[in-house]
Amino acid sequence: MCVAMPGRVLSVKDGIARVDFDGNLIEARADLVQVKKGDRVLVHAGLIIQKLSATEAEEMESIFADLREIMGESDENR
Amino acid sequence: MKITLAEGAGGVSTARLISEVFAKHFQNPILAGMEDAAVLPTESFSQIALTTDSFVVTPLFFKGGDIGRLAVAGTVNDLLMRGATPRYLTAAFIIETGTDTDTLEKIARSMAETAKEAGVLIVAGDTKVVEGDGQVFINTTGVGFVPEGVEISASRAEAGDVVLLSGTLGDHHAALLSARMGIENAVESDAAPLTGMVQELLSAGIRLHAMRDVTRGGLGTVLTEIAEASGVQIELEEESLPLTPAVKSFCGLLGLSPLYMGNEGKLIALLPAEEAERAIEIVRSSPYGENAAIIGTVASGDGVILRTPLGGRRKIGPLVGEGLPRIC
Amino acid sequence: MKTADLVQAIAAYDGKPLTLMEVCGTHTAAISECGIPSLLPPAIRLISGPGCPVCVTVSAYIDRLIQLATSPNTCVVSFGDLLRVKGSSGDLCSTKGARVEMVYTPFRALELAESDPHTTFVFAAVGFETTAPLYALLVEQIIARGIENLKLLTALKTMPAVIRTLCKEDNAGGNACTADFVSTIDGFIAPGHVATVTGSALFEALAQEVGKPFAVAGFTAPSLLAAILALTKSAGRAEVYNFYPSAVTKEGNRDALAKVDRYFEPCTAAWRGLGTIPDSGLRLRAAFAHLDAGSDALTADHIPAGCHCGQVIAGKCAPADCPMFGKVCTPESPIGACMVSMEGACYHHYINDRH
Repeated sequence: MCVAMPGRVLSVKDGIARVDFDGNLIEARADLVQVKKGDRVLVHAGLIIQKLSATEAEEMESIFADLREIMGESDENR
Repeated sequence: MKITLAEGAGGVSTARLISEVFAKHFQNPILAGMEDAAVLPTESFSQIALTTDSFVVTPLFFKGGDIGRLAVAGTVNDLLMRGATPRYLTAAFIIETGTDTDTLEKIARSMAETAKEAGVLIVAGDTKVVEGDGQVFINTTGVGFVPEGVEISASRAEAGDVVLLSGTLGDHHAALLSARMGIENAVESDAAPLTGMVQELLSAGIRLHAMRDVTRGGLGTVLTEIAEASGVQIELEEESLPLTPAVKSFCGLLGLSPLYMGNEGKLIALLPAEEAERAIEIVRSSPYGENAAIIGTVASGDGVILRTPLGGRRKIGPLVGEGLPRIC
Repeated sequence: MKTADLVQAIAAYDGKPLTLMEVCGTHTAAISECGIPSLLPPAIRLISGPGCPVCVTVSAYIDRLIQLATSPNTCVVSFGDLLRVKGSSGDLCSTKGARVEMVYTPFRALELAESDPHTTFVFAAVGFETTAPLYALLVEQIIARGIENLKLLTALKTMPAVIRTLCKEDNAGGNACTADFVSTIDGFIAPGHVATVTGSALFEALAQEVGKPFAVAGFTAPSLLAAILALTKSAGRAEVYNFYPSAVTKEGNRDALAKVDRYFEPCTAAWRGLGTIPDSGLRLRAAFAHLDAGSDALTADHIPAGCHCGQVIAGKCAPADCPMFGKVCTPESPIGACMVSMEGACYHHYINDRH
């Protein structure tokens, strides 16, 4: 029940943000997260629940980095 | 002018409705006769193809099309899917009272334009009026002729075939659902007659084994039916499925799968692998085919399997239920 | 490192058999869609948990919704998923005369109510910690706009108590379906959007308590694969990993949590197949009770004879081991909630041939 998608804020006015999802425009409430135009945000059923702090690519790199440590592999092996 | 029961009574009002709204746009010598039945010339052909479909979509007009365009394209495409050259259509209307004649004219005009594009004549029709609130229902029955040697059937797919999809998935369904759910986007219905595309394939001598248009129920449903009818296994490559970013995101927003979102102007064709390159080129350069792709292969076995970008495999079945959008 | 390396590393796992629970229904769906089950070695088993609000809704709640939807001048407003869940006799979708509006966002209910003051609208407020902030804001807006014809019927649930229950009680959800079914959970794939709101600190406390690892995952393949891999390395240890760092922080969304706290308080909640669990749900605070449409005491749970949904969501029974699975209970004619929900374990096992 936690379907939430990342989108980009096009504008914010009176607590309502217009968020773009690859050409789909949704109005989402911005009461609970401070956002501005250009921010990448997570929208759940019409509410912005978080501002994303990294792109998908950046996050993937960070996941790999953490995993390397966890799996105990040194960088030389990769 | 609003339609009342008088227009359905069969008298003067009905005749006026027919001539001023429908016949005016469907003009052709056969229809002009206004006889009880259209008598049609035979042609040198091997078999007749016959199909019927009813159209009950709401709203009547939507981005990229309307019920009239659907009513012609849908039936024309069904004929084309058996390799038939579509020739004649009937059009029967059940009109609820309260419908505006302007609405009917718009629909009729759209049907006439689509019929012209598809190369068919609307040669017979009927109108009935029932009590209601402005909804219009249309049935079209189509007749076409299948050339000698053409045998296209859902049961003729063979191991070794490839699966060709003529364009992006889900556009029609997404366009209608967007309007209903109040989600703003530029997605448009892809309702279109595929006469040009199919006739190019046939005249180039491409050996089509099976062909279906991807309508209600979506790709998953259509391929499951073919796999079952032909007794084969179809394997799809998820990464090769043509999908616009807007429709993909739209599906993500509502928790829907593009595999089950219907189109109204796309086909899948199963054909021998050695014809794939030629076929793709032909489809890509025909109207409505610019995003065509080879999306899978046919092997012995059963069912439909999807290979995910990860290299995982999952089984694809027919659409179950109405595909209510999920948030949860 | 590439995603393909993660796939390989998982396939190469040859340690002791592990059972990992994906708590969240949206994770069940994402894992299925990525094709991950087909890539797992036999020694790693993924089971679905109770994090699917549709799957854990008791029949009494549905019955009450149907009662409201068929009352004069009343309309139920709901997310799509709930419409096909059966109460003790039928569902919202197929009940004649039931007035229901399906919406993408609860806030749409505000417009519906304002445009039709003669109808009482009731929002079917189900969900977990991710959705609670929406309902808190909904209540706030109802009050701010002076709307008098919109109420909530709540069945909100929270994660920690139910996870504790699953870890501590051997017979939670009922006995295992088959004699040799090992139901000890070795680790959890923790819900990414719940964690976005609550913060990963919630799972750190939980991990310490139950002595098992939690890997917070997002909904992309790399994130899910990383979670599974990390859990294979930490079975039996109270580790917490965050593989959704762009959205999940330790403290979560404080404003959201404060907003929920303003309007809701913890309560006992009824879980389909699991019974009532103290401190596992949220209800409107007394000051806002006038906005409640009768959520209290909706605990009656009519489970059709032979339905094993309770055991399935507790991880005690594989969908395929339920005697009704695939025979009388299919997506076209579902008996239990796990088959109705498009995030349900049984639904996904059936349509994707998951093992």
